[in-house]
Amino acid sequence: MDAATSLETHPHAAEHEHHELGWWRKYIFSTDHKVIGIQYGFTGLIFLFFGFSLMMLMRWQLAYPGQALPEIGKFLPHIFGPNTMPDGKMTPDFYNSLGAMHGTIMVFLGIVPLAFAAFGNFVVPLQIGAPDMAFPKVNMASYWAVFVGGIVMLTSFFVPGGAAKSGWTSYVPLAAVADTGPGHLPIFNGQTLWLIGFIFLITSSLLGAINFIATIIQLRAKGLTWMRLPFFVWAQFVTAFLLLLAFPPLEAGIIMQLMDRVAATSFFMPAGLVVNGAAMQISGGGSPLLWQHLFWFLAHPEVYVLILPGMGIVAEILANNSRKPLWGYKSLVFSVLTIGFLSFIVWAHHMWLTGMGSAVSAFFQTTTLIISIPSVIILSAFFISLWGGSIRFTVPMLFATAFLPMFGIGGLTGIPLAFNSADLYLHDTYYVIAHFHYIVAPGTIFALFAGIYYWFPKATGRKMNNFWGKVHFWPTLICMNVIFLPMFLQGMLGMHRRWYDGGQGWTLSGEHVWGLTGFQWNTPISWAAWIMGLAQIPFIINFFWSIKHGKKVNDNPWEATTLEWTAPSPPPHGNFITAPIAYRGPYEYSLPGRDRDYTMQNEPVEPSERVRRKTAEPVLV
Amino acid sequence: MEIPYTVSTRPDTGLWNAKVGIWLFLASEVMLFGGLFSAYIFLRLDAPPGMWPHGLLNVPVGTMNTAILILSSVTVVLAWAALKMRRYRAYWWYMLATISCGVIFLTVKLAYEWPQKFEHFGAYIKPEALGKYEQYLGNKHAAEKDLPPRLEITGHLHNRAALNDPNIKEYEVALDPLNADPTNPAMDRPHFFPLPVTDKIAKIEKEDVERATMFLPTHSAYFASYFTITGLHGMHVLGGVLVFIYMWLPVSKKLYQRNPEHLANRVEVAGLFWHFVDLIWIFVFPLFYLL
Repeated sequence: MDAATSLETHPHAAEHEHHELGWWRKYIFSTDHKVIGIQYGFTGLIFLFFGFSLMMLMRWQLAYPGQALPEIGKFLPHIFGPNTMPDGKMTPDFYNSLGAMHGTIMVFLGIVPLAFAAFGNFVVPLQIGAPDMAFPKVNMASYWAVFVGGIVMLTSFFVPGGAAKSGWTSYVPLAAVADTGPGHLPIFNGQTLWLIGFIFLITSSLLGAINFIATIIQLRAKGLTWMRLPFFVWAQFVTAFLLLLAFPPLEAGIIMQLMDRVAATSFFMPAGLVVNGAAMQISGGGSPLLWQHLFWFLAHPEVYVLILPGMGIVAEILANNSRKPLWGYKSLVFSVLTIGFLSFIVWAHHMWLTGMGSAVSAFFQTTTLIISIPSVIILSAFFISLWGGSIRFTVPMLFATAFLPMFGIGGLTGIPLAFNSADLYLHDTYYVIAHFHYIVAPGTIFALFAGIYYWFPKATGRKMNNFWGKVHFWPTLICMNVIFLPMFLQGMLGMHRRWYDGGQGWTLSGEHVWGLTGFQWNTPISWAAWIMGLAQIPFIINFFWSIKHGKKVNDNPWEATTLEWTAPSPPPHGNFITAPIAYRGPYEYSLPGRDRDYTMQNEPVEPSERVRRKTAEPVLV
Repeated sequence: MEIPYTVSTRPDTGLWNAKVGIWLFLASEVMLFGGLFSAYIFLRLDAPPGMWPHGLLNVPVGTMNTAILILSSVTVVLAWAALKMRRYRAYWWYMLATISCGVIFLTVKLAYEWPQKFEHFGAYIKPEALGKYEQYLGNKHAAEKDLPPRLEITGHLHNRAALNDPNIKEYEVALDPLNADPTNPAMDRPHFFPLPVTDKIAKIEKEDVERATMFLPTHSAYFASYFTITGLHGMHVLGGVLVFIYMWLPVSKKLYQRNPEHLANRVEVAGLFWHFVDLIWIFVFPLFYLL
């Protein structure tokens, strides 16, 4: 469809919509997958920035331990309470809260809502040619569950004692006794609210996962067979399965930890526990290791939940901007399925230091190394896809190409951690932080930015500004590396990841790297983090400005091939004017003998083409 | 465009949307209860000898509840079949039977089984004082018979105030049959029909007691898992009952008149959930009552 028809049909569709639903039902309590996707997107972006702000505060304490934070430090106690930053100096408890909540918020309220729920909601039904998700009301419930969960998490900053402070992993028994005793309320304390908020977040993810899988299985357009699905849809499909099957065991763990805190049970509490000099009045008989198993059974697949949607986005953008088919589509699909399966049997590599025994360690070490194979296949296929393409360096493409080496660094530096002998040294150092963040920060978050720039025209009918996009990209890329590369060094010099003073009071390896000690490296890292915060301003302004004033574009501004670009921009309720039919694979770029260098999925296969491609009759469901 | 396959099936999958949805939901439920049951196994294997109680639950009542749930699984299928045959009256009655079974199950659980536990008392004796209470514990007899050591004295607490009042120095307990007659070979194994608490009263000094509570979740890892798992299962039963009530009320008759197949699909989906809840109980029952 070209722009003219869409402009004709779209106002009519919007008008039609107006008669049916009021403003509240249309924009707030909407059941339309696109509105819900955008709601998820805003929620995710806001939490992403909030979680990043928590980290920017921590970076002050790490670079200048014990010094008062100028200006901002004066008014923060008015927001978070007097015991957080008296005179602008951060207390250890507040530092721990910031660390725990940074992790929780970034992972569960930032990236999952954005990568999985927002992009999945907005893009997947469009890409498979569906009018909506399979269960629109469940979809709405899923958004409002994450909303409530987010509110509960935020509320926990303002209860007596402050937000949860036992790390995003909430290891017991530390977490089970944290935020109890004098000065804390029974339910309204940081850790208990963390658990309650988490139940809402899990509920949301489960509802979302069910909806995505059912939608992909049931609502694919006519002719859109499994092997014609865009890779992004495959990535979301596997992600949904990970959430569906990995989250419930953690939910079981959360319920048990909640029981430990509220009903004085001892699921995770060993006998003879002494806290603050007094023996705890509990039955004992619980196991702290059990919590770690339940936690990592989710939290390892969760890492793939964070990265797979990003890989899906990158795949779409690479194919579109290199103007050639994605290399090794089938290998990509089977790799992503293999990753999905293997990610369920690697979790205990987070627990090398718990003394599980060498047999268990050997098993998990083996599976962990095996899972790097499909990951490497995916990354290699992406690189090869660029080979010989006529690359367009649009803003989404900049972010997508930056994703490749960044994810590569993140992935390869994980291999020493997979070997339990090497991990004994690196465990819980800044090396681990650097490895993980290379995957999710310049990795996933770059993919998310790429996706926002790429699908923005579909959501609004306008493009984001190119120049400001580049102003956003380059400082972000540079700062990301200034932040995380030195952390590998710090980790290898022996800096522990949970030190409140940034390592000032500890003896690290005496080596200087480029004239700086391990501790001194905190300063450039922190400055890079703050500059990166500033570098997001062009993005924020560009984003909001472009909604109203961006350059108007047609329905398919990137000259892409997948079905979402056949719908009007923005798509009306019900998405497509007529049900789309897919006649071909998702990445038919630069097909020989064509006028244009892209052939959309809904363009019928011509007889001459059929002979050349040696395919039989087009497959229709 | 409207959302397709809400009632009719998609040709290549042979399913309508909600049926895919419920199977996925059940898969996640398997993982949820799987996590809890794994925790049960983990804790039970970790428990030191004598620290995992047996025979504290009421087996006949549990058996009856099992039968009730299985019966309700049958009636819900009959309700669905009646709808498929477009016999609404029969559907209505079968649905009522299903709802009643669910309500009876919950009532037995919440009004009888749980409160009975809250009334029961147990005191773990300190290792050094075990000899002093040999007449109630019979550890010599247990050792001869190769039974696990007995560390706890259970029964009905006569002086409830003792639980919170530090001035009361001892617990007065009307003993359970095992502690009343510990060397009787009949007590070596739990009974199918629970024996009533005896009149024999033991005085247990607080300073000999490691830890004493009613049979609450805090009592032991066993009761913690019992209350958590049966509680979560009970919430599932309650959810199922509420959904069934909605499908049984006149509001659903309107749907029946408009599109009977749609209501039949709903009942099928809810029925699948109900079978799952039933299946969970089939695991809960032996794990806590019998083994």
